[in-house]
Amino acid sequence: MQEELFTSGRNIPNIDPSLEVWHWPIALYLFLGGLAAGILFFAALFYVLGKDKEYPAAVKKASIIPPIALSIGLLALVYDLTHPLYTWQLYTSFRIESPMSWGAWVLMIVTPLSFLWLFGYYREAYAGVESKLKLFKRLRFLNNLERFVIANRRNIAYVLIPLALVLGVYTGILLSAFNARPLWNNAILGPLFLTSGLSTGAAAIILLSKNVKEKHLFGKIDLGLIIIELALIAHMIMGYYAGSQVQLEAVQLLVGGEFTLMFFGFVVLLGLLVPATLELIELVGYRVPVIVPAILVIIGGLVFRFVMIEAGQLTRYLY
Amino acid sequence: MRYAMVIDTLKCVGCSDCVVACQTENNVPHGFCRDWITEAVSGTYPNLELELRSERCNHCDTAPCVRCCPTGASHVVEGGIVLVTADECIGCGACIQSCPYDARYQHPDGHVDKCTFCHHRLEKGQLPACVSVCPTKCMYFGDVDNPNSEVSNLLKNRKYKTLAPEAGTNPHVFYLI
Repeated sequence: MQEELFTSGRNIPNIDPSLEVWHWPIALYLFLGGLAAGILFFAALFYVLGKDKEYPAAVKKASIIPPIALSIGLLALVYDLTHPLYTWQLYTSFRIESPMSWGAWVLMIVTPLSFLWLFGYYREAYAGVESKLKLFKRLRFLNNLERFVIANRRNIAYVLIPLALVLGVYTGILLSAFNARPLWNNAILGPLFLTSGLSTGAAAIILLSKNVKEKHLFGKIDLGLIIIELALIAHMIMGYYAGSQVQLEAVQLLVGGEFTLMFFGFVVLLGLLVPATLELIELVGYRVPVIVPAILVIIGGLVFRFVMIEAGQLTRYLY
Repeated sequence: MRYAMVIDTLKCVGCSDCVVACQTENNVPHGFCRDWITEAVSGTYPNLELELRSERCNHCDTAPCVRCCPTGASHVVEGGIVLVTADECIGCGACIQSCPYDARYQHPDGHVDKCTFCHHRLEKGQLPACVSVCPTKCMYFGDVDNPNSEVSNLLKNRKYKTLAPEAGTNPHVFYLI
């Protein structure tokens, strides 16, 4: 058995190109995409269930977030491309094997729909703003469009529910498809990122809600999602330990390596366990300012994306 | 037809001529390379073994870079050569993240670049630049589908390995050991 293995050739500067090609824009986008997916999913779901009056923040008020989040996310994605003038090449074909192609097309459909959803509700949810937007009243085209959107809310919601789920899963599948990065290359990343996205979406709805009943419901939903997320993280770690040598080395970054504090401290403890405990305490009947767990969940979700992007690119095949 | 490269690690001295020839032939920008030399030392002191390898894109049969490419810029041409079309490439980096051999880099012009097995030279009936300059003649290039070719004979008669076969890519650069 080989007890020592050094590979010197790959460490020569200027010979081995830098492999860290993805930086903060990708992590930011993965977070914003998940957040938008979560909010759109809840908005469409509660609308279809006929609960739009009971849960106004989820269906109406929070609809301001997805268009902004997706727009910033898309700009971040294009900013990270090194050949951005050729971005249109994404839309000359659909490649069924490439997760990024799926993502590009889903974003192409979800982003306009998120704007339409907001457009259908901005008068109701943001009454003060409406009077300032005099331009909208003068353009007949926009008025017609608004009437069309309001008449077709149910159809848009039916399209949004599956697409929001695909968008949420895609942020994880994107990474898990890369077999050369052992930390990413596990099938649980898709459900994990979806759960995390839904959880940050629920947290954002809690932040915007002024209705006690709605805050309680989304507190419960968030608690359930956090428990699922913790279980998925446990499965992910178990999967690495049951994996091959490259995965055993990859998990060292999270368990004992340089990302341990970020992962277990900021993501697992502050981003999941503490908010779950606070939400549980609140369910039992004590008064907890709900803003605290909601903000912790959102920060935890953001840090999680950064940890996975940064750590994943340090892992590779060794031969 | 299936092109493949066979490299004799017992004859390679790690002179880097292949690296320089490639950079010159393909006008590779300064600070980057499409091929490189790996010195792998293995064993337990004092029984150490040194292996020198000239490495590059493995032109895999199941190329993950081609699978992950969202635009189709990474594609396979006749002979199993994996190429990148520069003006279809958006520079997203998906192929770089999916290559177990780290054979790709982002060209300063924005697109992704890598070894082409000197496709432009093959069309003229010439060998890849790296193979043609090797001073120890440790590199061989040819068609592994032809059972009588030089590369097929070497693979029949010598012990060989491929890099990271566990990645499931079915690479087509073979190392004689």
